[in-house]
Amino acid sequence: MNDLLVADSVSKNFGNFKALNEVSIAVPKGSIFGLLGPNGAGKTTLIRIINQITMPDEGTVQLDGQPLRPEHIRDIGYLPEERGLYKSMKVGEQALYLAQLKGMAKTEAKSRLKYWFEKLEIGDWWNKKIQELSKGQAQKIQFVVTVLHRPKLLIFDEPFSGFDPINANLIKDEILKLRDEGATVIFSTHRMESVEELCDHIALLHKSNKILDGKLNDIKREFKTNTFEVGLQSQNSNSVLAEIKDKFEVLPATFKNLNDDIKLNIKIDESISSNDLLSFLASKAEVHHFVEVIPTANDIFIETVKNN
Amino acid sequence: MNHLPLIIKREYLTKVKNKSFIIMTFLSPLIMIALIAVVAYLSQLNNDKKRFISVLDETEFLSDVFQNTSNTTYTLLNDLNLEDAKALVKEKNDYGLLHISKVDSIDEVAQNIKFYSEESPSLTVIAGIERKIEKRLREMKLQKDGVSLEQIEASKINIDIAQESFEGQKSSKIDNIIKLAFGGLAGYLLFMFIIIYGNMIMRSVIEEKTSRIIEVIISSVKPIQLMMGKIIGTSLAGVTQFAIWVVLGGVLLTVVSAIFGIDMTQASSQQQELMNQAMQAEGAQAMAESLLNGISNLPILNLVIAFMFFFIGGYLLYSSLYAAIGAAVDNETDTQQFMLPILMPLILAVYVGVFTVIEDPHGTVSTVFSFIPLTSPVVMLMRIPFGVPMWQQVLSLLLLVATFIFAVWFAAKIYRVGILMYGKKPTYKELFKWLKY
Repeated sequence: MNDLLVADSVSKNFGNFKALNEVSIAVPKGSIFGLLGPNGAGKTTLIRIINQITMPDEGTVQLDGQPLRPEHIRDIGYLPEERGLYKSMKVGEQALYLAQLKGMAKTEAKSRLKYWFEKLEIGDWWNKKIQELSKGQAQKIQFVVTVLHRPKLLIFDEPFSGFDPINANLIKDEILKLRDEGATVIFSTHRMESVEELCDHIALLHKSNKILDGKLNDIKREFKTNTFEVGLQSQNSNSVLAEIKDKFEVLPATFKNLNDDIKLNIKIDESISSNDLLSFLASKAEVHHFVEVIPTANDIFIETVKNN
Repeated sequence: MNHLPLIIKREYLTKVKNKSFIIMTFLSPLIMIALIAVVAYLSQLNNDKKRFISVLDETEFLSDVFQNTSNTTYTLLNDLNLEDAKALVKEKNDYGLLHISKVDSIDEVAQNIKFYSEESPSLTVIAGIERKIEKRLREMKLQKDGVSLEQIEASKINIDIAQESFEGQKSSKIDNIIKLAFGGLAGYLLFMFIIIYGNMIMRSVIEEKTSRIIEVIISSVKPIQLMMGKIIGTSLAGVTQFAIWVVLGGVLLTVVSAIFGIDMTQASSQQQELMNQAMQAEGAQAMAESLLNGISNLPILNLVIAFMFFFIGGYLLYSSLYAAIGAAVDNETDTQQFMLPILMPLILAVYVGVFTVIEDPHGTVSTVFSFIPLTSPVVMLMRIPFGVPMWQQVLSLLLLVATFIFAVWFAAKIYRVGILMYGKKPTYKELFKWLKY
């Protein structure tokens, strides 16, 4: 088994509203899995099913090859989008309580907490009440509480909202570190730049259906249009331009460049290799810029959602 | 995994360590005692006031009736006409003038008594005077008919019908009063407990929603565990508070009454007089004996066990409903529309308890309401001291437990869906839909 979590045609109805329609995902061990989708697509419902907060109407979910059982909550760390802490409880007490709810022994939880608090330089908060902390500070505590019991599966729902860029980076690094230590991460968001940075697998939900999933690179390959962004310089640019337009499908392009030259997106057939294009262009003009246009997660997201 | 003890512990400690909880725990008895002390002090002030009453008795039949007491001094006026007497009394600033006009025979005296005063006199003063005169006149009339004082004294009979059930269970009037007191106390205690601590549970559920921690918690424990933990933890905090109130109240009461020398048990000397009369009639010893007897006649074991079961059952039933309300709404102001259906049966229960159980503890109304689960804890607790057949108690308890299980199921459903719903003001229709999720 290489997949830590497998959801098999999971459906969930709320009254007459179908929140999930036979959604299947497989999250490989040690991966960072992006669960993407517009608002109301069913991401949170799926996550809640994995956390056994709600039960699926149909379909099964397996963790590590076994159907979900109540004991599995020890193996999962969940940072929900709607998050908070008991405001009038002290930081240390609260973290201990939440850790014990996840099945940790008190002494172990204490020493692990000490480790994390030192690591994130928040050791002197132990006796503060949550209401004395800022929102970002409380989020840090929340993150520690989520990962404290060393779960196999970490689920983050919009983890970076509420963090300033410095702390967001800190948390991002910690997530990557946890992945390197063997944890599997499900990462739900609609902030595509963080998907680009973190995820190696994605699944896209839209209107309760899964419309796309797989390795991010494979998907990108699938979505690429054999388009190259080129910047050229020539004495007689008009004739060069005419010649290119004659031979290839051409779109205008915008990118930053030192020279005021020809900027184009050139789409080529699969019969032509990128080298052929490059040597053709080199024979006509001076090539300053030659990049294959790879669709961003954002492009894929928007295009797929639009087409559905 | 059983996290129940952990949750109970947290709920209990958070409640008990809460500042306003601590303040209320220690302040409430102080306030209550202060209130009682002030009332007692004021009424004593009132009683300490000496009253001077002048008596103008033209018949001279009644002159020796008016003996001075600690707070009333009677002055007999002689050889004055009414107008002069009035003027004199007014001048002396006496409480009032009792005038008995001259009549020929004892039979007419009763119609010819008048009380003159500046302000309208106190009811108890008038009643006291009337009682004195009535007694004397009756004796005089009887004497006129040839009955001696000794005979009159001997004819005084005090009836206290001995009551006994077919099974040989003895009881008396005083027993009934004791039963009422026990039942009323138990019912009222439950009522107060539900209102105070039910609300506390509701608020703590709402707090979890508004602080948004609920989803974190709920990914670790089952909603029903969380709900039960909350209910039990809060109840324990409530029991703690109640116990402190009782102990503190007792100590303070003793201290205050020692300091101020106020005997709290007798609010006014008029009542004391009445009590004394009753005591004399029956004999103080007999009174105390029948009181003890009455208490020992109570089905103590049944009472204690039933109290525990009905108290716990009733409290759990209501608090699960409170928890469901807390889960259904976003903030406390939205709770109003759901509070009424909960409070109605509770208030109804207390009314039924007060008005029908006293009148007829085993009548149709009392019996029916002691079976209906939402009212049964209060009404049954009030009925039990009067002796309720075991099958009725068991049936009522079974119904209560069944309803409680249903209520917990219902509340858990609402709870599970409601705690994750934000920003939606729920209607009853919406709640009904949640049940099907």
